[in-house]
Amino acid sequence: MSVTRVDPPRGSEPRPAGEPPPVSSKAQTARHVVVVRELGVLAALLLLVLITYAYNSRFLSEQSRHDLLLGASILVILAAGQTMVIITRNVDLSVGSLVGLIAFGTGKLLLEHPGTPLVVLLLLGMVAGAVAGAFNGALIALAKVPALVITLGTLYIFRSLDNLWAGGQQINAADMPSSFLDFGTSGALGIPWLAWIALVVVIAVSYYLGSYRSGRELYAIGSDSDAARLSGVPTGRRIFTVFIVNGALTGLAGVLYAARYGTLDATVGTGLELQVVAAAVVGGVAIFGGSGTAYGAALGALLLTTIGNALPVLHVSDFWQQAFVGALILAAVGLDRLLVIRLSRQMKGRRAHGA
Amino acid sequence: MTGDLPEETSPTPVLTLDEVSKSFAAVRALRNVRLSLLPGRAHALVGENGAGKSTLVKILAGAVTPDSGAIELLGAPITLSGPAAARDAGIAVIYQEPTLFPDLTVAENIYMGRQPLRGLRRIDSRTMHRQCAELFERLGVSIDPHRPARGMSIAEQQLVEIAKALSFDARILIMDEPTAALSGVEVERLFSVVRGLCDSGTAVLFVSHRLDEVFALCQEVTVLRDGAWVSTDSTADVSADDIVRRMVGREVSAMYPKKAATVTDAVLEVDGLTRFGIFEDVSFTLRRGEIVALAGLVGAGRSEVARAIFGVDHYDRGTVRVDGKKLPSGRPAAAMSAGLALVPEDRRQQGLVMELSVVRNATLTLRWALSRFGWLSRRRERASASEWVRNLQVKVPAVSAPVSTLSGGNQQKVVLAKWLATRPQVLIVDEPTRGIDIGTKAEVHRLLSELAADGIAVLMVSSELPEVLGMADRVLVMHEGRLTKELAGDAADEEAVMFAATGRQGGS
Repeated sequence: MSVTRVDPPRGSEPRPAGEPPPVSSKAQTARHVVVVRELGVLAALLLLVLITYAYNSRFLSEQSRHDLLLGASILVILAAGQTMVIITRNVDLSVGSLVGLIAFGTGKLLLEHPGTPLVVLLLLGMVAGAVAGAFNGALIALAKVPALVITLGTLYIFRSLDNLWAGGQQINAADMPSSFLDFGTSGALGIPWLAWIALVVVIAVSYYLGSYRSGRELYAIGSDSDAARLSGVPTGRRIFTVFIVNGALTGLAGVLYAARYGTLDATVGTGLELQVVAAAVVGGVAIFGGSGTAYGAALGALLLTTIGNALPVLHVSDFWQQAFVGALILAAVGLDRLLVIRLSRQMKGRRAHGA
Repeated sequence: MTGDLPEETSPTPVLTLDEVSKSFAAVRALRNVRLSLLPGRAHALVGENGAGKSTLVKILAGAVTPDSGAIELLGAPITLSGPAAARDAGIAVIYQEPTLFPDLTVAENIYMGRQPLRGLRRIDSRTMHRQCAELFERLGVSIDPHRPARGMSIAEQQLVEIAKALSFDARILIMDEPTAALSGVEVERLFSVVRGLCDSGTAVLFVSHRLDEVFALCQEVTVLRDGAWVSTDSTADVSADDIVRRMVGREVSAMYPKKAATVTDAVLEVDGLTRFGIFEDVSFTLRRGEIVALAGLVGAGRSEVARAIFGVDHYDRGTVRVDGKKLPSGRPAAAMSAGLALVPEDRRQQGLVMELSVVRNATLTLRWALSRFGWLSRRRERASASEWVRNLQVKVPAVSAPVSTLSGGNQQKVVLAKWLATRPQVLIVDEPTRGIDIGTKAEVHRLLSELAADGIAVLMVSSELPEVLGMADRVLVMHEGRLTKELAGDAADEEAVMFAATGRQGGS
């Protein structure tokens, strides 16, 4: 045998011991990551409120707090719904148009039947939203096209339906029943009804995501959809359902929008979808799915609304406000990456020993 | 050949496969395979690459349905129609690289969809974590049920999978090359866990390349070759050398038209190439006109070496020289201009843009040479592509047809055309004939042989031993990231290569 060059046989040499170090400290860090995201947003929110309050104490006056909560409520509800969608590694961009469509529909209905009870309006709005969500969900399931593209399409479809229906018409607050408008601005215990509703939605969504099998399965789908399928998770059905639920919450938000503002035309809710996604991302919902909470998204929505209210008080121009929100999104995403990288790096020493 | 099942086995088998066959298109992956797993025993399944081990595992996992044959669970016939059916039958499969949900905790990974519930169908998180901790206690490993799966080592992930198997009382544990990515200590820990499971009555099927591990863990061993059952023995009755001989014992067919080429001066010199944890201290020289095969088992690090040489991956130590000029690490562009070409293993993912036409694919590497002032000339593109399509006898309806419409063999020729159009001095081909039919295989072989005769140095990574032996002037064998043997083409035979590839020193 003509062997020109043989490496010394070292295959049987004892490997560097890959003794796994105790896991406890790592597990601690890892568990904290989840909390850190939400706490970070909360800290930023408190800091902003304190600074603005120090600058102008009227920022926390009762009226100002009321306005802040009213302004945030609709965004919070939408962000909670969007959280469920994003956790499954999807996104629903049609929510802005849908809010507009349903808000206008609510106004139209009240013009013709001023006596419609509030509960009926809310239920009708949610059913209409659920139907639109089912349309999104069915297209995504059937066409097997990313939700980003499908909902970008329905964003335009819903908006054009809104335009066709409104046809340049504007519904004025003066034409709306005063009881409906009262509901949109009044409240109980110093907190607006809208904020109470938003609170209930956030708690319900969070509890569902955390404590129910199907809720946990949404995380599994977003984390690794193939592995989820192998574990027997009905991925298609779950995603379809999530779009329906998100649609229903969007419908709810649409009715609340009509009650809050009263003045409605075909441009209502334009661009709202980006604020919703921004709120979720700032609130620590990972855009690639698998992690995040509705509490975080709600905090994100509250933070974005507070920025909108605080910056004028601080005499910062509108121009800077947008840049500020942008920087916040980048910071949130950056923090997210940092935490994931740190977690992976802790294991790197071990990986090097693998064959 | 010892064809009988061990006689002294009194317990009834948990799972029996009888005359199971499976074909994929024209390829017969399994032919009349039999296998019998006994409770409390570890059974090894060995064979070369492509012997049918993976297909068998997939059948047991419910991922693939056999064409014929019977599967019996505790003496009763059963159909494994899907992963859920396999799980219900008590079969758990641990893959080489498990897929966990990185964002979820260990306990959630284990109980996904089966979480213990309390009132109002809510998840009883405390019970879930307690049960999970109990599973790990039974396995004798310390993993925190609360930690997320992200960042876990492969060894830990496998333990989580085993805990999952335990959680639904799996009677049969199938492990597909579980130790390939583990360190020595981790292998020991895995084995002690598996031995514990055997003691409590679980039947284990252990698929591995590593014969020392087979003998350390298993009581029985079944050898497959070319999709067919060869033997089943008690590990006490056979030696590792016997097993290796049964794994290969096949004739090299005469379908390899290797032309004698004049081997001249060295063109590619690889010295001490190391990528930590992947391959180590790989050195060899490639001369003009020769075909050198890089053989070894799957996971030995061959493709990784090829990718590092071409600059797709970085390496940590060592040098690559072409014509005496050192190449920078991790710069494919530099490798290309020095005259290197790499035909990757996975042509669909790495070699071709499936939606683009044959012309566009074949000239992708030449965009700059074919363009004038930054504009690509369509005429020149088409001319260049047509030339190679003719040379390589690619069967295409038209050079403008998208490559996705071509057969596997013709796609492979387009990839070759793409790289040959750069007129390389060194051609690296990774598994050049995987998944293509026999006729086209022979054409690819003829082509490689002609290229060598024209003075190109060819480095061929291949898992097919007949191809290695039929084509190569020299055979380099890798085992676990190291170059363990170099054999001259005429001196190389299947046994010598397999001995080196399985890390055994005897036999030759």
